[in-house]
Parts: sequence; C-alpha cells; structure tokens
Amino acid sequence: MSGIRKYLGLILAIVVVLAMAAWPVINGKDITREVVFTMLLSVGLASSLNILLGYTGYVSFGHVVFFGLGGYVGFYLMAVHDWSLWTAMIAGGLASAALAFLLGKAILRLRGGYFALATIGVNEAVRAFINNFDPFGGPVGMSLNFQVYKNYGGGAREALWMSFYILVALTLLITVVTYMVRSSKFGLGLLAIREDEDAAEVMGVIAPNAKTWAYVLSAVFPGILGVLFFFKNGNIEPAPAFRLQMSIEMIVMVMLGGQGTVLGPILGGAGYQRLRGFLLTNPLFKNIQLAVAGVLLLVIVLFVPAGVVGWVRQRFPKLRRVLQ
Amino acid sequence: MTMILQVEGVGKVFGGLQALSDVTFDLPQGQILGLIGPNGAGKTTLFNVINGVYPPNGGRVIFNGEDVTGSKTYHMAHRGLARTHQIVRPLNELTVRENVIVGACFGREGHGLGQAGKVADEVMEFVGLAVRADQLAGSLNVGQKKRLEMARALAARPYLLLLDEVLAGLNPSEIAGMVEIVRKIRERGITIIMIEHVMHAVMNVSDRMIVLDYGQQLAEGTPEEVANNPKVIEAYLGDPELAERLMRDSDEE
Repeated sequence: MSGIRKYLGLILAIVVVLAMAAWPVINGKDITREVVFTMLLSVGLASSLNILLGYTGYVSFGHVVFFGLGGYVGFYLMAVHDWSLWTAMIAGGLASAALAFLLGKAILRLRGGYFALATIGVNEAVRAFINNFDPFGGPVGMSLNFQVYKNYGGGAREALWMSFYILVALTLLITVVTYMVRSSKFGLGLLAIREDEDAAEVMGVIAPNAKTWAYVLSAVFPGILGVLFFFKNGNIEPAPAFRLQMSIEMIVMVMLGGQGTVLGPILGGAGYQRLRGFLLTNPLFKNIQLAVAGVLLLVIVLFVPAGVVGWVRQRFPKLRRVLQ
Repeated sequence: MTMILQVEGVGKVFGGLQALSDVTFDLPQGQILGLIGPNGAGKTTLFNVINGVYPPNGGRVIFNGEDVTGSKTYHMAHRGLARTHQIVRPLNELTVRENVIVGACFGREGHGLGQAGKVADEVMEFVGLAVRADQLAGSLNVGQKKRLEMARALAARPYLLLLDEVLAGLNPSEIAGMVEIVRKIRERGITIIMIEHVMHAVMNVSDRMIVLDYGQQLAEGTPEEVANNPKVIEAYLGDPELAERLMRDSDEE
C-alpha cells in the first residue's frame, strides 16, 4: 500500500496522459487524433520547460529554439541522408542538448530578466542563421519525399497514426522523467536554486553544473519532439520552427497548470491547447487568439501565480501527496 | 593544537573602501571564537571571504591545512565549512524538513535523500524544530528561521561553523535557548566563529575574541582581556564602566 501511495502523484499524471491518448484510439477519427496530437505535443513541451522554469526558476523565453533546431537537424538527416525516423529523433534531441549545454555555460550565469532576454536573442540568432544556411534549404526549408512514409507501415495515414503513438510514448517518458527529477537529490538542488541561488551554493549545491544539466534536460525532449512534428508535417521552414510566440505559449501552459509540479504542465498544456483550438475556430476570437493568451498569462501571474495545481495544493494540503 | 583555520593577512577592498585590512589569526580545533565590532567593521565581510562568497584582495585562507583562498562557496561547503546568514535566507517554498535535507545532501557528507532525511530528523530535534518539520519555511517566525539556518548548517556535518548574528532579534528566552545550542554544538567537537552583538552572551560562550574596527584587528584575546583592553573600550564599548558591567553580567549567567 505504502509503495503505491508513494507513487500516487506519478500514477495520476500517467493516467491523465493515457486518458487523452485513448480518446482518438477509441473513436478512431483522424480529426480527434490531430487534436490530441497537438495537445500531447504541448504537454511534452510544457513539461520539458517546467524542469527549467518550474524547478530551477529560470524563465526561458526562447525555448522553441530547441524544438526548431532539433527538428531541423533530424529533418535534414531524414530528407538528405535517408536516416530513419528513430535515429533522426535521437540526433535531433542530441543537437538540442548540445546547444543547451554550450548556452548553459555562457548565459546561465545571468539571472532573472537578463537570462530571459538572452534566450530570446538565441532563438532569433539561430533562426537568422538557419534562414541563411543553404544545406538546410535557407528560407524555403526542406520537404520530405512522400515515399519515406512507406517505410512506416504503408501509406501516409499509417505514418500519421504511428507518429501519434510515438508521441504518446514520448509524453509518458517525459512525464516519468520530470517526476524522477522532482523526487531526486538533483531535483532538490534545483528547487534550492529556485528559492535562493546564493544560499543554495553556500549549502554546497554546485549551481552552475546543476543549472546546466537542468537546461540540457529541458532541451533534449523538445528537440526529439521537433523531429517527430516535422516528420509528420512533411516539410520544415524557419518561421514555424522558431516561432517566438510558441515560446510564450509554452510559458503560459506551465504557469496555467502550475509551475514546479509534475501534473501542472500536463493539465496546462492540454487545457491551453484545447482553448487555443476553440479560439482559432471561433469567428469572434480567431484573430485575437494570442491576445487571449496574453491576458490569460496576466491573470495567472496576478491572481494565481502557483497555477491550477499549485492553487489546489495550497487550498487542500491533504491532496499534496496526490498532486505532485 | 591542530589549526582548523588560518587567516593570513587577508584584505578586501570594495571600490575605494578598505573593508578588511591585514586580518590575521589562527583558530584551533574545537574552540569558539567570538567576532565583535561596531556595525560596518567588516565582520560579515570576513565571513564572506573565509566562506568564498568573494575572493580576498590579498592574503591567504587556510582551512584544515589546505589553501582555500578564492574557493567557491560550494567547494567550501564540501570541505566542511557551514554558515548561517545574518539576514535569514530560508528556501521559502520548501518545507522545514526539505530545507534541512538540502544541507545534509549537499554538505560535507553529501548524503543521498534517504540518509539525509535521517540526518535532518536528528538535527531538527536538536535545534527544536521537529514539530515544524512539515511546515513551509516561509511561514516560520524570525526565531524559528534562525534555528532553521542553524539546522541546515549542522545537517552538513561541518568541521567549522560560521554563525552570523544568530541571537539578533531574539527575545531573552530564545537567546538562552540558542546559547545552549551553541554550547552543545561545541561539545560535538565543531569549531565555531560567531559574530554577535549580544555582548554578555558572546563573552560568556567564547574561548577567545577578536575585535574588528574599520576592517582592522583592534584586539584579540580572552573575553576578559578584550573587555579590559583600553583600545576596545575607547573604540567600541565607549564607556569604561560598561566593560565591567558586561563582565559582571556574564559571570552571573
């Protein structure tokens, strides 16, 4: 009993992800699958960002750079060098991790707003570089030959379903990883840095290393997800790969659900994506969808800075064991 | 006697201000050294230099026989140096127990989470915070936060403990309790340097004292010698009568 209770928070998070994944599998509709795909993608990105934003307390405004760079590297290997999706995903994840590692050494010494500004600069710089990098197709980007989907279960439809299942597996993996980080000694060091970095260092937390590894960990999964997303898309261009507003939306998702909790970014990612889908298809809101996101962020920061899960945890301390 | 800490000619300049000049002393293992001086005398700066918050502009710091001048704070923590802060720095959104576990996990012994939990429970009991274990650190009052600072530092199992005004802001009964804790820590063989303004307490508990004034070492010796040193009386205590009164107070306790 105590064994299960200990993992109640993780089990609940996994159940939520599986429930989302089961929806299109049960009704079998392509449109439902596409809706849930974007939701799970958001969940994966938000949970990854949470390691840096929620656990370590560093706001990255340019986190989409890891999604875009990983996507580009993986896509290039698939389109030009005929790599399989699997190896391309690994390569994309590693490319993003490597960028985060190098950046971490350089800009993680900055604190607060200065770090956030630097991350925007990095995203814009990488976008500008890719725009002018001919092997990656420059501003036009690259496309996949539709023949490649034959290797993944026949036609394009099978490949789409396969992408969906891969995404489900990745989302579950990210959930488990964020949970493990949260409940590890490494994670405790990150929380200490979030609360008071200088005090944490005095207590022996090697903050420069811990921050760098948190950054790397929060970058590797967006890189992998980027490869999968653009593989499913069939083409890649600089603008959608490095869309700054996506970074901001990732922050909104984490804040909405509850930064620093495992379940928060899952609910926040899925909830925000549902809301966004509703707004985009609603004639009244379709042009001001981002404005709504902005107002939402404002309201969260002003009134419920701990997010939905954080608020419930404060209100009902008995639920802490379950809501992690 | 083995020296746990040797400070040799340490100086520190901030802009044009000479915060410390040529501070030199040896600290034998197991002693309590009291560090006193008026506000702005450089006491906390000396702690910051020993502890690695910033490197000195001159001189050397030798800890356990090893030259540690300019070492980072986290490396000093791993070597067995722990400190408390004058202005308390609790990790507000973590519980008291988690705060103390951080100390045990990343301090000298570098425990894993399981063992660190045991150390934390023992240390919280020792400083009298056990009943607060699951409370968020941000919700403690000042006296409890000072105990938390102490608990976090002790959980690291340090060889040398730097206490920066742990008595400031406490009421008389809390002071008595804290002095008792300091004594018990010394009984465990931990060497202590304490910065303190509560004179009767620091004179009562210290083996030796150093007086800083404008970054200079004004005097050094037993509490009695320091209290009767004319330079100290002039620069710091101001009133010769005061010294006698203080000594009387500390004898009474």
